[in-house]
Amino acid sequence: MEGRYTDKKGDDTDKGFCSGVYMESIKITELVKKYDKVTAVNGINLTIDEGEIFGLLGPNGAGKTTTLMMLSTLLKPTSGLAIVNGYNVVTHPDEVRESIGMVFQDPSSDTLLTGYENLKLHALMYNLPWKAIDKKIESVLELVDLQKRKYDIVKKYSGGMRRRLEIARGLLHEPKIFFLDEPTLGLDPQTRQHIWEYIRALAKKIKMTIIVTTHYMEEAEKLCSRIGIVDHGKIVALDSPVNLIRSTGGDMVNLKGKNLNLKEIEKLPFVKGIKNVEGKYLISVENAGKNLQQLLSLSGEVEFVEVHSPDLNDVFLFYTGREMREAGEEVSFMQDAMRTS
Amino acid sequence: MDIRKTLKGLYALWFREFRVFTREKSRVFSSVALPLFWYFIFGSGVGSMTTNVADYQHFIFPGFLAMTIIFTGLFAGAYIVWDKKIDFLKEVLITPLSRTTVFFGKAMGSMTDALIQSYFLLLVGVLFLGVPFTASSVILSMIMLFVFANGLISLGLIIGSFMESPEGYGLISSFVIYPIFLLSGALYPLDNLPGWMQILTRLDPATYAVDGLRAVILGKSTMAYLPNLLVVLGFDVLMMFVGTWAFKRMKL
Repeated sequence: MEGRYTDKKGDDTDKGFCSGVYMESIKITELVKKYDKVTAVNGINLTIDEGEIFGLLGPNGAGKTTTLMMLSTLLKPTSGLAIVNGYNVVTHPDEVRESIGMVFQDPSSDTLLTGYENLKLHALMYNLPWKAIDKKIESVLELVDLQKRKYDIVKKYSGGMRRRLEIARGLLHEPKIFFLDEPTLGLDPQTRQHIWEYIRALAKKIKMTIIVTTHYMEEAEKLCSRIGIVDHGKIVALDSPVNLIRSTGGDMVNLKGKNLNLKEIEKLPFVKGIKNVEGKYLISVENAGKNLQQLLSLSGEVEFVEVHSPDLNDVFLFYTGREMREAGEEVSFMQDAMRTS
Repeated sequence: MDIRKTLKGLYALWFREFRVFTREKSRVFSSVALPLFWYFIFGSGVGSMTTNVADYQHFIFPGFLAMTIIFTGLFAGAYIVWDKKIDFLKEVLITPLSRTTVFFGKAMGSMTDALIQSYFLLLVGVLFLGVPFTASSVILSMIMLFVFANGLISLGLIIGSFMESPEGYGLISSFVIYPIFLLSGALYPLDNLPGWMQILTRLDPATYAVDGLRAVILGKSTMAYLPNLLVVLGFDVLMMFVGTWAFKRMKL
């Protein structure tokens, strides 16, 4: 285990699987990636334990993919430290690549090869023993339910099938850490749900750390044990979905109106926070059922009011002050700038 | 470095290139048909100005062997920019294979494509076109084509690795492929050229490949076979050196 990074004293044995001691799968310290004009990742700190399903959540271009690219050694960090499975991504990229599997945001299988050929290619590149290859391919195909289509060329696959094939491919060499970058992007809702079911089933069957990026809040909420919300290249909130939702303080009241007396509202003891979102106000209120009336009595001319229990969308709103959608648009401009630089 | 791991990786990359090649039937067909069109149409047309059409066609035959390598090889190499575009390259670069292995795997795959075509044309020449041949001239031609293909494919891979998007792919044919082909002396003798063109043809690696092929096939050439082969071999080594470097610095 030469080159393996440890910040604890003692030998490797007391960090092993069986000892019951937690091991860090990923440890990121002050990670930064700068392009000529923009800073895509701006000082991320994060520790992910072995066996976690961790979600990186944020709008398009928030820095999620750039972070994954650095963790998978495809991009060099501008500064900071990233340790993956105990190896530094800059000094030991080969060992890092051996430890990880990845499903990219855009389809990356060869459409002129069959599903089977794509998998075989992958198995060979990962140096799986010849004898084991076919058996292994069968077992991952079974996992994603593609056995019947294995001899079709990938061109004939649907978007969801192709994504499933790529998930199977990423698992073929039994990685310790599995990265999924927007695994459901561009798929229809039904297929999206299927993909998540596969991932969840997978996490139960195989012991590994899963890191998934997405901008579908509901999906992350259901799947992930812990979530980091990324915005402008920084992690702005980090906790379990339940705790993140709890951290907003209570029920969500959407309020629109004229001459709203915000200063007074803010002073109310049961109001935990106010955010201005697209001309509306999102107010976090403890026990809205009981307190709504008092809130409205202070509100001036109310045009619209709506109450709901908070979800991760509200969490995102509260930590960034923006809707996912507008944040995404803002950043697509940034991506253009990055591309031309 | 684990030799078995590297060999397996090379095989995998070769396998992929070759499979894709055999599935793109139109590419295979056109790359064999194109040189034959040139051979017959251009050869007969320009040949009609000379005293003996067959002589001119034989004269340009080595040029057309080289042509398949220049067109298919360079394009196949530069095709890596499409791998970037379809994100297949990410899948390859994220495996534990070294960039050097990736370079040579891609090169071997494209070599197979280009050599199948040029060896096929060689066979056509021997069997049907009445180009004079001996066993040793065929073998020496095959060696020259092999070495030449390696250099040109490496050049293609280098160009492709620097390109950021396939939009510039078309420029390669105007600014790399045609200059290399037209300056190689594939279509005309090099002896009576104006001075500036002499210099340009001397800088073109294809010139030496064509001249070397002429030396063994026709027995008439500017330089002998061996010095020509050594020049092309030197070009190879340089291209492989630059190529592995280019792959190491290649970004996605």
